[in-house]
Amino acid sequence: MSDLSALEKVEDIEIRLLLEALYSRYHYDFRGYAMASVKRRLRQALEQLHISTISGLQERLLHDRDMLPQLLGYLTVQVSEMFRDPDYFRAIREQVIPHLRTYPSLKVWVAGCSHGEELYSLVILFREEGLEDRTLFYATDISQEALQIAEAGVYPLDRMQLFTENHRKSGGKSSLSDYYQAAYGRVSFDRTLRRNVVFSDHSLVTDAVFGEMNLVSCRNVLIYFDRTLQDRALGLFKDSLPRKGFLGLGAKESIRFSDHAGAFRDFVREEKIYQRIGE
Amino acid sequence: MSDLRPQAVVIGASAGALEALTIILPALLADFPVPIMLVVHIPGDKRSVLAELFQAKCRIRVMEVEDKEPLVGGTAYFAPPNYHLLVEGNRTLSLSSDEPVMFSRPSIDVLFESAADAFGAALVGIVLTGANHDGARGLRAISDAGGHAVVQDPATAFAAAMPEGAIARCPDARVLPLDAIAAYLQKVVCA
Ligand SMILES: C[S@@+](CC[C@H](N)C(=O)[O-])C[C@H]1O[C@@H](n2cnc3c(N)ncnc32)[C@H](O)[C@@H]1O
Repeated sequence: MSDLSALEKVEDIEIRLLLEALYSRYHYDFRGYAMASVKRRLRQALEQLHISTISGLQERLLHDRDMLPQLLGYLTVQVSEMFRDPDYFRAIREQVIPHLRTYPSLKVWVAGCSHGEELYSLVILFREEGLEDRTLFYATDISQEALQIAEAGVYPLDRMQLFTENHRKSGGKSSLSDYYQAAYGRVSFDRTLRRNVVFSDHSLVTDAVFGEMNLVSCRNVLIYFDRTLQDRALGLFKDSLPRKGFLGLGAKESIRFSDHAGAFRDFVREEKIYQRIGE
Repeated sequence: MSDLRPQAVVIGASAGALEALTIILPALLADFPVPIMLVVHIPGDKRSVLAELFQAKCRIRVMEVEDKEPLVGGTAYFAPPNYHLLVEGNRTLSLSSDEPVMFSRPSIDVLFESAADAFGAALVGIVLTGANHDGARGLRAISDAGGHAVVQDPATAFAAAMPEGAIARCPDARVLPLDAIAAYLQKVVCA
C-alpha cells in the first residue's frame, strides 16, 4: 500500500468539502479563510452540537436549514470593543481628522463592523470633532445577526467600564455616558448616532466596491483570511480610496505581504494607518 | 517516539516565563535550523516588549508576530498580546482575536494544537513554568500526533502547576530540568 501519511488527512478533506457545500448551497464563501482557525472553530462546533464528524455536520447543513445560522455563528468571530486599541483612535483623531476636515463631505466605511463597537467609536469621535454632520458612514458585515445588533446599538452594561476607559485613553472629549441610557443591565446607544449610518450586508470575499471613501477602517477581519483573500479585500479598499484616502487596519495586520502594498504609504506606522498614493 | 527530525519548536510559559526563557533562548546557536514559536502569558494592556528584550540577549532572531508572517529557521516568534497565534498548513502564522481560552489570549493550547496539525510528528512542544493549566491539552495533541513532548521539571519551575498539569495530561512527556532544555533542543533539531 502507498504511504497514507503523504495523503490529505481525512479531517482536511471533510473541511474542504463542507466549505464547498456551504458555498454551493448558500453562497457563503469561507474557502479562502485561514484554515487553522476555521478548523479550530469547526472542532468547537462538533463538540457543542454533539456531532461526531465534519461529514455529519455537512449532512445537517445541507438538509436542515436551521443549521446555517448556527454554523455561521461558529465561523465568524464577533469579538470587539469600543475604542479597541485607544492609540489607533487617538491617531485618527490627531493625525487623520485634520486632513479630513479639508473636505466638504466625507464617506467612511467600517468593513467587518461586527456588533457596531468600532462604528459607534468613529461616529462619536467624528461628532466630538465636529465632522459628523458632513459624514456618511457605511457599516458592513457578512453576519446578519451581527448587523442587527449593530443597528440596535444595545450592549451589556458590564462592558461600559472598559469602553469608557478606552474612550478616555483615546483622547475622548466628552463623556461616553452622554451617548447611552442604561436599563435592566443593558445600555442603548443614542439613535441620533445612527442618523448618518447605512448598515449593509457586504462580503469582502464575494462583493464589489460600492463607492468612493475618504476613510476605510477594517480591523481584525483580514487576520481570518489567507493571503490570496487578503489581497482581494485590500484590492477593494484600494479601489474605494482616491489618492490621499486613508486605510486603517488592526494592530497586528499589515499590507507588507500584499500585492497592493505599493498603492499605499505608511501614514501612522505604529497604528497601521495607511494613505493611498497615486498609481 | 518520533524519529523524524523536528521542523519546528513551540514553547508555552506563564508565571516565571522571563527567567526561564532567559536560561533557554540565549543559549541557542545563531544557526539554529528551525523556527521557534512562543506563547507567554502577559497582561493584555501592556505593549509587548518581549521581542526587544530577548533580541538583545539572543543569537537567533527574535520578533513579535504580525499576521501571515512566514516561518524561517533560526527565528523566535512571540505571540502578540491579545491575539491567539496559530500555524497554518503552509507554514505561515495566523493571528486570531477569538475569545480567550481558559482566560488566556494568547493561549498555549491554541498554538500547540494548530502546530500539531501543521507539523505532525516533526514538532517539539515544551511546557514551562506557570500557575495555570494552559498547555496540557495542546501538549497532549502534539504527543498524539507523534511529536516530541517536553515538560520543565516542576521542581525547577518558579510555578509548578502548569508543568504538573502537562505531565498529568501527557504522562509520557520527557521531563527535563530547566538548565538541560537548551542543550536538548540544540541536539534534537540537529540529530
Ligand atoms: C473579530 S470581528 C472584528 C470587529 C471589529 N472590526 C474590531 O476590530 O473590533 C470580525 C468581523 O468580520 C466579519 N467578517 C468575516 N468575514 C467577512 C467577510 N467576508 N466580509 C465582511 N465581514 C466579514 C465577522 O462577521 C466579524 O463581524
